[in-house]
Amino acid sequence: MDPTQPHVSFLKRSIAWLDARFPLTTFMQKQVTHYYLPANLNGWYVFGALSLFFLALQFFSGFWLMMFYTPTPEAAFNSIESLMRDVPCGWFIRYLHSSGASFFFILLYAHLLRGLLYGSYKKPRELVWLLGVLLYLLSLSEAFLGYLLPWGQMSYWASQVATSAIGTFPFFGETLMYWLRGDSHVSAVTLHRFFALHSVGLPTLFIFLVGFHLVALRTVGSTRPQGKRTTSPTHTSLPSTDIPFHPYYTSQDLLALAISLFIFSLIVFFMPEMGGYFLEASNFIPANPHQTPQTIRPLWYLAPFYSLLCVMPNSFFGTFSVLGAPLLFFLLPWLDKSTPYTIQRNWPFKLALSGFIFSFIALGFLGATAQTMQNLVLLRLCALLYFLFFLLMPFYTRQTLR
Amino acid sequence: MEDDRRHFLVTLTKLIGSLGVAAFFFPFLKSWRPIPRPAPTQTKVDLRPLMPGESLIAVWDNQPVWIIRRTQAMLDTLFSIRPQLVDPDSFTAQQPPYIQKNYRSLNPEYFVVIALCTHLGCATQYKPQRGEVKKNWLGGFFCPCHGSMFDLAGRVLKNVPAASNLKIPPYHFMSPYTLVIGQDPECI
Repeated sequence: MDPTQPHVSFLKRSIAWLDARFPLTTFMQKQVTHYYLPANLNGWYVFGALSLFFLALQFFSGFWLMMFYTPTPEAAFNSIESLMRDVPCGWFIRYLHSSGASFFFILLYAHLLRGLLYGSYKKPRELVWLLGVLLYLLSLSEAFLGYLLPWGQMSYWASQVATSAIGTFPFFGETLMYWLRGDSHVSAVTLHRFFALHSVGLPTLFIFLVGFHLVALRTVGSTRPQGKRTTSPTHTSLPSTDIPFHPYYTSQDLLALAISLFIFSLIVFFMPEMGGYFLEASNFIPANPHQTPQTIRPLWYLAPFYSLLCVMPNSFFGTFSVLGAPLLFFLLPWLDKSTPYTIQRNWPFKLALSGFIFSFIALGFLGATAQTMQNLVLLRLCALLYFLFFLLMPFYTRQTLR
Repeated sequence: MEDDRRHFLVTLTKLIGSLGVAAFFFPFLKSWRPIPRPAPTQTKVDLRPLMPGESLIAVWDNQPVWIIRRTQAMLDTLFSIRPQLVDPDSFTAQQPPYIQKNYRSLNPEYFVVIALCTHLGCATQYKPQRGEVKKNWLGGFFCPCHGSMFDLAGRVLKNVPAASNLKIPPYHFMSPYTLVIGQDPECI
């Protein structure tokens, strides 16, 4: 040992060894300790990180569930019942996954709402938004595929109805429907492929898309709530009031995580089925291909789109609007004609957004419950509001700056 | 002062957080434990089709069970093979207490033994012919996985991977030709 050299600890030398071979400390500096954000990011900004955590929870609980689940129509239902009753702590794993799905969507909708409120889709964040909408649709698909797996009454009939809806498309609808199902009706073939798609196929896509979503976000930086207008809100040209991600936003996200985990634990341990909204009562009956349950409806997070399907006067229009409705989200960055780089909102936009939120919730809520003739008029009005929010946006977002 | 307080709060958070994370994994690890299974049912076997020297396989408690109808020549080998055995008098309790030490069965003619090798659990093969497995082979059971050898009373030979004799299940004869595996005889 050379006595003139200062003694460097083993830890420091190990990190130096790693650094010469892997960009660990550079990454930590660029993305964690020296990544700057506006100082005034409020509570709305935690939902992205929370959604990511709960997505990871779905991955983990779902992976564990695969160890106990049998993907055949004969054994699927019983394998889950056995998990719930015989396997030690099996009920916990199952409820984590089923309640977790709904909780994930609550966080996702809050995350989406933040995007609408703060103009997170505007230039230069269009790509972040597009990837996000893609992720949203992927989540809805993943949930739909997963719902067939328990092979309960609702599982079977919801899948049957949804795949039949695809069959209503002109020209290629029926071929597509038979191709998706792999059979004339939802059967063992469908169950096997939905299982593969749900457990491996879509999760792989998720990993890539979430990665790209985060990279795109970190390239342009977060929006500024009540922000003063800046020409380029990237973190490379930041005001001196900006603060590093760690420790400020890691702490904020951690606090939000603790609160959401507390609420989630209350749900998982005391009300995992949430009165039938998170786990439907009719899904505790094994699937019977000869008998349809009284009401078929998807879970609450798909309900607004399902309502759109139901209220349209003809079936083609219905399917068309169900598919078109989420696609409008993609166009948002170009429909919004307000000034880029700023989140100031004029009153027409605030009114329109309130109307949109109201109609989205109403479509979900009323549409999920029994539909009556009085409801139908209101629901059609809500559907109209939904589409007008997007289609009229180029007009009511035009504003002159003072 | 502020730093001390901050340090305390951060350390406390890390500690409780770690406990929380560890606790979270408990149910998942617990879920791998075997589910308590009900007591094994009994297996009835009809011995009439079994000819002298032949073998039958029955299943009891998810395990294969050999039933061999031993000839007098086979019973004689049980004494001449004693020098080759590890535990010729079956001191280790691999059989119920009512099983006779000499022939390791209730009835010398019918030999009932669990077929799984006591080394690592492969199913053994019945090799009754002399010289079938090795040069001075007098008849018995052979394990194809690692070469363990047992005599016609399931006793393990020396210099093989297995260390104990083949296990005998509880059994009794309901009638001269009906064997019931899984239940001790009533007179015990």
